[in-house]
Amino acid sequence: MDYLRCPIPWCGEFVLDRRNYSLLGEEGRKAVEKGLAAADWYHTKVSRNEMKELMGRTDRYALRDTAIWIAALLLSAGAGIYLWPSWFSVPFWLAYGVLYGSSSDSRWHECGHGTAFKTPWMNDVVHQIACFMIMRNPTVWRWSHSRHHTDTIIVGRDPEIAVMRPPDAARILLNLFGIMDAIEAFRRMFIHVTGRLHPEEETYVPASEHHKVVFTARIWFAIYAATVATAVWMGSILPLMVIGLPRFYGAWHHIMTGVLQHAALADDVIDHRLNSRTFHLNPISRFIYWNMNYHVEHHMFPMVPYHALPRLHELIKHDLPSADGSVWSAYRTVLPVLLRQLRGDNVFLVRKLPDTARPYRAELHDAVGA
Amino acid sequence: MPHWVDACAAEDIETEDLIRYDHPDGRTFAIYRSPEDEFHCTDGLCTHEFVHLADGLVQGCLIECPMHNGVFDYRTGKAKRAPAYEDLKTYQTKVENGRVLIEI
Ligand code: FES
Repeated sequence: MDYLRCPIPWCGEFVLDRRNYSLLGEEGRKAVEKGLAAADWYHTKVSRNEMKELMGRTDRYALRDTAIWIAALLLSAGAGIYLWPSWFSVPFWLAYGVLYGSSSDSRWHECGHGTAFKTPWMNDVVHQIACFMIMRNPTVWRWSHSRHHTDTIIVGRDPEIAVMRPPDAARILLNLFGIMDAIEAFRRMFIHVTGRLHPEEETYVPASEHHKVVFTARIWFAIYAATVATAVWMGSILPLMVIGLPRFYGAWHHIMTGVLQHAALADDVIDHRLNSRTFHLNPISRFIYWNMNYHVEHHMFPMVPYHALPRLHELIKHDLPSADGSVWSAYRTVLPVLLRQLRGDNVFLVRKLPDTARPYRAELHDAVGA
Repeated sequence: MPHWVDACAAEDIETEDLIRYDHPDGRTFAIYRSPEDEFHCTDGLCTHEFVHLADGLVQGCLIECPMHNGVFDYRTGKAKRAPAYEDLKTYQTKVENGRVLIEI
């Protein structure tokens, strides 16, 4: 492995050699050869009747949460506009930013699965709005997310690996302000506007869906162009404070929670208990994140709606590593591992299972170790 | 030549649910009991990534795949929601003496 000496004297050596996470590279082909692609994943045993009850759909919770979400968006934006440009508007923009730039992450995700509401068009409407806010093309991301569920954290197969090995610390830090993700989102949007898809996207979005990608990108482009034109006409960034910029200044919460989904855990395994993390969250963050802190449970049983995940957690926790008590306690275990990875150690966390759990799946990943 | 096969007892399937039936020749099927108490049969594997539909969720006339939430109308096999976009094959069913028969 090659090492790079950082120009900052106290930083020491950083690993230069990273695995090829591209879907077009060698790693993807090797994963297929090893049987890691579309593999048969471990599932905790849950009776059919219990699972049917957990999978059951209702509009009730998502309607309530969406009404609160929209009301909070309108109130915070309204107060921000009313108080603009006074400093008193800042707290309202901070709240609006998180509701726009972070809550949209979980709404996009859950409605993309089609599990938030029972009524399909309600899922579709919230999915479209949330995708616009988080700057994720709804068609591309529906398909990339399918691949993420088929091949979770399989290098060269999963297009949604947020924290690679070694981690790109600068990228994660800049993404707390949405910078890298939004730049990439705009780059992709410009590609789509011209009627094309990125070569990686072509590996998982079927040709029959390409026209939807292009159509959405052109609508979004028109909306952003109109917003920028309005800002220029008004001689104020206020229109952009409402549309577009909150994706930057409100991104921190979804990065804070999203990084914990899989960071510092194993890759190339077929047991979600080894590569996903469940942690506890305060009720406000759980509202913003729509319970995706129950991430092992979500990956094992993606049919279970967000509002039933706490019940699923109670049902199967005897078979899972114990959940981290808070964001802070999760980061206390994650950060030292990421720092070691940054220095070239090929380490990751393997959490202890309770005595009541079935052992981790050993096949395909005998080399598992901390 | 299609022929009728005894797949299961009618009472093996709860209303608005499905079960998996594995034929000895290696093929696998999904057999549904609708809220109207009608029986239907489709291929057992989702057309997207060939996951068993039997762990999925039946709602009305729809079956939702447990893997990526693709949806099919199990009466016609029609794919209704991405990432499922290829239709499922369907098979005739009949009930005789409390047994569900499928024509495969
Ligand atoms: S395997 Fe059924 S929707 Fe993907």
